[in-house]
Amino acid sequence: MIAIVNYGLGNVLAIANIYKRLGIAAEIVDSPQQLSSAEKIILPGVGAFDWAMTRLNDSGMRDQIEELVSGQHRPVLGICVGMQMMAASSEEGKLPGFGWFDAEVRRFDESSFTSKTLLPHMGWNDVMPRQTGSLFRSLDERARFYFLHSYYFAPRSDADVLADTDYNGPFASSVQRGNLFGVQFHPEKSHRWGIQLLHNFAEL
Amino acid sequence: MLRPRIIPCLLIKGGGLVKTVNFRTPKYVGDPINAVRIFNEKEVDELMVVDIDATVEQREPNYALIKNLAAECRMPLCYGGGVTSVEQFQRLVSLGVEKVAISAAAVANPNLVSEAASKVGGQSVVVVMDVRKGPQGYTIWTHNAGKATELEPVAFARRMQDLGAGEVVVNSIDRDGVMKGYDYDLATRVREATSVPLTIMGGAGSLNDIAELVRMFGVIGVAAGSLFVFKGVYRAVLINYPSPTQKDEIADTAQVAVQAR
Repeated sequence: MIAIVNYGLGNVLAIANIYKRLGIAAEIVDSPQQLSSAEKIILPGVGAFDWAMTRLNDSGMRDQIEELVSGQHRPVLGICVGMQMMAASSEEGKLPGFGWFDAEVRRFDESSFTSKTLLPHMGWNDVMPRQTGSLFRSLDERARFYFLHSYYFAPRSDADVLADTDYNGPFASSVQRGNLFGVQFHPEKSHRWGIQLLHNFAEL
Repeated sequence: MLRPRIIPCLLIKGGGLVKTVNFRTPKYVGDPINAVRIFNEKEVDELMVVDIDATVEQREPNYALIKNLAAECRMPLCYGGGVTSVEQFQRLVSLGVEKVAISAAAVANPNLVSEAASKVGGQSVVVVMDVRKGPQGYTIWTHNAGKATELEPVAFARRMQDLGAGEVVVNSIDRDGVMKGYDYDLATRVREATSVPLTIMGGAGSLNDIAELVRMFGVIGVAAGSLFVFKGVYRAVLINYPSPTQKDEIADTAQVAVQAR
């Protein structure tokens, strides 16, 4: 069963609907008890970093998530701020993240933009996987995903980057280390490409 | 390459979808969930849904309907109508809405923008300006164009950006439902004064009108109501949207626009 963590932000229902249509067992979970049978975990998210961390800490599920992810190495997919929470810290907030990645979340630096570039980074952009297969199986160069963010995930190790996206320079639109997966874009809101990615995560 | 966003805007009144002309004479065009399903199939870039009764009736958003819409949408959803508090922003985001739009509330209480941005993040805070052109220039109206303000839209858009809004929607009251093209002059003025994503709405009569905005501004949000729900001179209700090829052609003009800048 894939556990879709419901801590009060992010589109848990849209993710659940996609898995239901795919015939893949997934459950929206609100409590540590429900989480215990999770084979995989999805951490969705829309919101500011501190608010997201606060909601997750208040949900009572944090310890169980940490145990499943760090102790039992269950695959986890963080989406948008759910990905950013896997970093150690964020320029958007004061609270620490999970720190699963040696990474920080930074704001796009407007002063470095060479042409008029808008913030937030909003809309459909290309995602260039560094390796085929895994999370990006069957997703070719025509695949596109929906982004909505002003902060990006900056891993210290380039080896953690699974895919790049260009927004006045490349940034890590997807990361992976072992059982940890993150995507900055919203697969649950990215039509057939997002459905394919969620399918891929289920089949890992 | 980031692409321009082509956005159907759906108006909700009494639980059904309607389309207006100059913000008046709402005509019933169908069921919202059904419309979302069709737009899913057409792989639309984003969807905007505005409850046009909520603010006027001073009531809460219809959370049950919004939850169903957000769950059904396989594209990002922006909801507007009746939102006046940070708690409502949070509740809407928790229901799965990616972006929450305010209009009258941003006029009455501009600090709501920064307060909401600190919770849900600026990327999810959208300010809609309903604009009418008068003898003294452009001004913002609220309550379905029933209430005038003294506010000038270019300065207001800039102020909303400074307060942390992640997107500004410029909606022309004069052109709503008229299908004779966007107000390109107004769009230019707001674009030049801001650096947040913009969406232009009001007046689209053909894909050429959309292409024209993209040619002028490159990456921009282009919203339309009538164009995507009516077909033909008799305005028969038929939900439609550009094909992937048509969209690619429009996006290609965006790249040219960027390179020319």
